[in-house]
Amino acid sequence: MNVISALSYLVASVCFIVGLKMLSSPKTARRGNGFASLGMLIAIVVTLTDQKILDFTFVLGGLLVGSAIGMWFALRIKMTAMPQLVGVLNGFGGGASALVAFAEYMRISGDADLTVWTGDARLDVLITLVLSVLIGTLTIVGSMIASAKLHGIMRGAPILYPLQKQINAVILLGAIVLGVFFVLDPSLWYALIIIAGLAAILGVTSVIPIGGADMPVVISLMNSYSGLAGAMTGFVLSNNVLIISGTLVGASGLILTNIMCKAMNRSLANVLFAGVGVDYDPSSQPAEQRSVIRYTPQDAATILESAQSVVIVPGYGLAVAQAQHALQELVNILTQRGMQVRYAIHPVAGRMPGHMNVLLAEANAPYDILLEMDQINDDFQNTDVALVIGANDVVNPSARHKKDSPLYGMPILNVDYARTVMVCKRSLNPGFAGEDNELFYNDKTMMVFGDAKDTVTKIVQLMKN
Amino acid sequence: MTEGLIISIYIFVLAAFVGVEVISKVPPLLHTPLMSGSNAISGITLVGSLIAAGEGHAGLSVIMGTIAVVLATINVVGGFLVTDRMLKMFRNKRRKED
Repeated sequence: MNVISALSYLVASVCFIVGLKMLSSPKTARRGNGFASLGMLIAIVVTLTDQKILDFTFVLGGLLVGSAIGMWFALRIKMTAMPQLVGVLNGFGGGASALVAFAEYMRISGDADLTVWTGDARLDVLITLVLSVLIGTLTIVGSMIASAKLHGIMRGAPILYPLQKQINAVILLGAIVLGVFFVLDPSLWYALIIIAGLAAILGVTSVIPIGGADMPVVISLMNSYSGLAGAMTGFVLSNNVLIISGTLVGASGLILTNIMCKAMNRSLANVLFAGVGVDYDPSSQPAEQRSVIRYTPQDAATILESAQSVVIVPGYGLAVAQAQHALQELVNILTQRGMQVRYAIHPVAGRMPGHMNVLLAEANAPYDILLEMDQINDDFQNTDVALVIGANDVVNPSARHKKDSPLYGMPILNVDYARTVMVCKRSLNPGFAGEDNELFYNDKTMMVFGDAKDTVTKIVQLMKN
Repeated sequence: MTEGLIISIYIFVLAAFVGVEVISKVPPLLHTPLMSGSNAISGITLVGSLIAAGEGHAGLSVIMGTIAVVLATINVVGGFLVTDRMLKMFRNKRRKED
């Protein structure tokens, strides 16, 4: 690689780092994304002009097709499908890494005839080649399954099978052993293919036992894997910009995964192996029929009218009902009347870290009223009305004291400390943890049943009159 | 050449530290754009794909490389565009009153 290319790759890497740094504030975030994309552009242009490319036909064709599809995805997807989209895009990246590793193997093996090994490869190249194929394939398959679960194409409930941990361990071990064989004798081209096959199986078997609500953790982990796969490919090709970028992304994914697990007070091992969760079916009835008092939107409007401070807790149900616009309209009306209105966002509300923030931003909610749990949890005791829309597990007081609950120990939003609690839900059925929510049976809780969008719209209309 | 490998390992380690530092500063408010944005950056694998697809002789490796180019480009273009789309929506109260 010539000096200009190497230095340009360094510039590209700096653009990525600066871009990510600018993501630390909503004021600079958009520019940061632009910076990062500039870095990508530099890296691409440098690669195209570096003379390693002998034939441009396939390259340009691929770029054009990829750009068109990418643009279509990005501009046409609904915001509620964002988690799935990230999963799919991520999977594609992992798949690309694996394919490049394969292609590089074929190139150094003397191409044409795979049964004859004429190549001469360093140990580190061979090792990272195996890792890239393994991680890349695992990523693309795992990401697709995770996205399918999120999109509802596949059932959200965990698909459990006996000896889950052992089976996954054996498959992984098998892949590693084969990898060792391959590294010792690189002419064993089929070993690479079998490793890819095992990785694909692992992608399925490790993801299907995880419940739909935990998919954000999976997607974050897969995000990290695809970065790692990229870094491994960087070692294979001795390309430093690949190593740097892949590592940055790998670190990002791991940090987010860690944050989410801490927020649920569950270890990563628990998320991956414990099979927590049920199918999300908003219309089904709970097993136990305990009585609650049903309130109407009229009652809700009356209470809200006399409130001075309101905190709104959004959850996945808000996204499903697409009620964020109606909700923000309500917030605007309340704010105009001089009430203090804020949103309380639990770290694992929704299907992706920051999901609620994006949803509400789409409804033009100003971001300074979107508060994190740590910022707002102590304020509930001074709040007149806590309005829970589409959230369930994150406000379940069982998490504080019920030791056998899957939610036990998870930090929750203290809505039950507020003077009045209003819950908008379609029915009494449990959230993803399958746990009944004792908040609903509390004396100061008003349950307003119905579709969130309908309910909120009715409240808005009542308040306008 | 071992020296080149050692340097790459240095870079890997340093990049990991930088990554942890930079990303820890991103507030939960922006975690979704962080995921889609960092995901777009992972599309850097496109660089490797371009080289593989541009080999010259149309063998299996070139075909694999081309598929990799398509996949990685979708990752990059889709990722940056969707991140921008999301970030456009974040505004604060002050601007609302302008």
